[in-house]
Amino acid sequence: MKQQLTVAVSGLNNTDNPGPGIPVIRALRDWKGKDIRIIGISYDNLEPGLFMRDLVDKSYSVPFPSGGTENLMLRLQYIHEIEKIDFIFPNFDAELFTFMKIAPELEKMGIRTFLPTSDQFEERHKYRLSEFGEKYGLSVPLSITVGAISEVPAALNNFEYPVVVKGKFYDAYIAYNLEQVYSYFHKIQAKWGLPIILQQFVYGNEYNVVALGDGKGNTIGAVPMRKQYITDKGKAWAGITIDEPRLIEMTHKLISANKWRGGMELELIKDKNGTLYIVEINPRFPAWVYLAVASGQNMPAAAIQLAFGEKVAAFENYDIGKLFVRYSWDNIVTLSEFQQISTLGEL
Amino acid sequence: MVNLAHLQKSTIMQLRIKGNIAVSDSGFVFDPSTGDSYSINPIGVEIIQLMKQTLTEKAIVDAIVERYQTEPQTVEKDLYDFCNLLVKHQLADRI
Repeated sequence: MKQQLTVAVSGLNNTDNPGPGIPVIRALRDWKGKDIRIIGISYDNLEPGLFMRDLVDKSYSVPFPSGGTENLMLRLQYIHEIEKIDFIFPNFDAELFTFMKIAPELEKMGIRTFLPTSDQFEERHKYRLSEFGEKYGLSVPLSITVGAISEVPAALNNFEYPVVVKGKFYDAYIAYNLEQVYSYFHKIQAKWGLPIILQQFVYGNEYNVVALGDGKGNTIGAVPMRKQYITDKGKAWAGITIDEPRLIEMTHKLISANKWRGGMELELIKDKNGTLYIVEINPRFPAWVYLAVASGQNMPAAAIQLAFGEKVAAFENYDIGKLFVRYSWDNIVTLSEFQQISTLGEL
Repeated sequence: MVNLAHLQKSTIMQLRIKGNIAVSDSGFVFDPSTGDSYSINPIGVEIIQLMKQTLTEKAIVDAIVERYQTEPQTVEKDLYDFCNLLVKHQLADRI
């Protein structure tokens, strides 16, 4: 692999519901011996990462994947002609499927990716979690997918309140009665469409694992974290690496069984009896991935190495008891910068 | 007068501080398996250090009584409460 690399990264929305783009970029900036040029890819002109000029060398607006793959491909071709991209890191759940679809075309253009296969991506969907747990022998809370509001009452017969109402990509609300379930159903449907997932709420502490699978069944990295401070959106605002071998074992078991390729995040809850339930599997690195990097496992860099066919040894250790604490920062942006990204789609 | 006779029996609670629990001199306790952290006072630190030396509860009480010139019954009661807290927060196991 050459020493100078140009890497395009999306998910620059470093908001109160942050995307993984900026942490992934920080990981790549920490990659010793590599000279990385970062190309930001944005869907919104106010994504904070666009204006973090010390981290992002150049940014381009791209059309939403929902607008069709052709438009996205045309835009990426244009960006590639200028920037000669070596690798692309899509970081939004909602764009991953599109990128998986266009990955062969990108590859022909000389742009590598390191993404899960369609089967892997599909089977870990929230609305297939029960099936997934059964297939791989993992504990998951009861989940029922509903495609219409008329199906809700019958589905609820299987649950005890509180029930978690989840969107297929994002958003989750805890409902304590039928009225709340209906209200959240409509709210999520308006934003993310159907289906909606009803999931049994599990009382307990939340744990997460960030991991990297090599696509052959090997776990290249895995770092567990306990959320220390949670925002009203349920996002970790502070977290600490922990030593819980069962979390690592579960991750290895899952990756070994489904041969996961790429970054992933497992979201788990430990109930009062100590049982660990997987509540979600995200098919990409999480926004807290930099904690893993700071703890000794630079998984984003390893993902690129794997994409280039390099032999990557699995990380064996990480620092336990290392914390991340997020903060907000009012970045001052000039009107000309905002104008440039708004009108020209480049910054 | 409070009858402490029951404590004489119930305080025979031999505990083992979990091996991976980190305790700093300043009283910061970190459980790496859960990520939980606690603050304890200097006497709590001392007691944990004594427990780590696998001293019996009687020996711990004697050590504290001698060092602080206080009543054994008071120390036993406080130690009993403290041990219960350690077990409740899964920082120690009964042996």
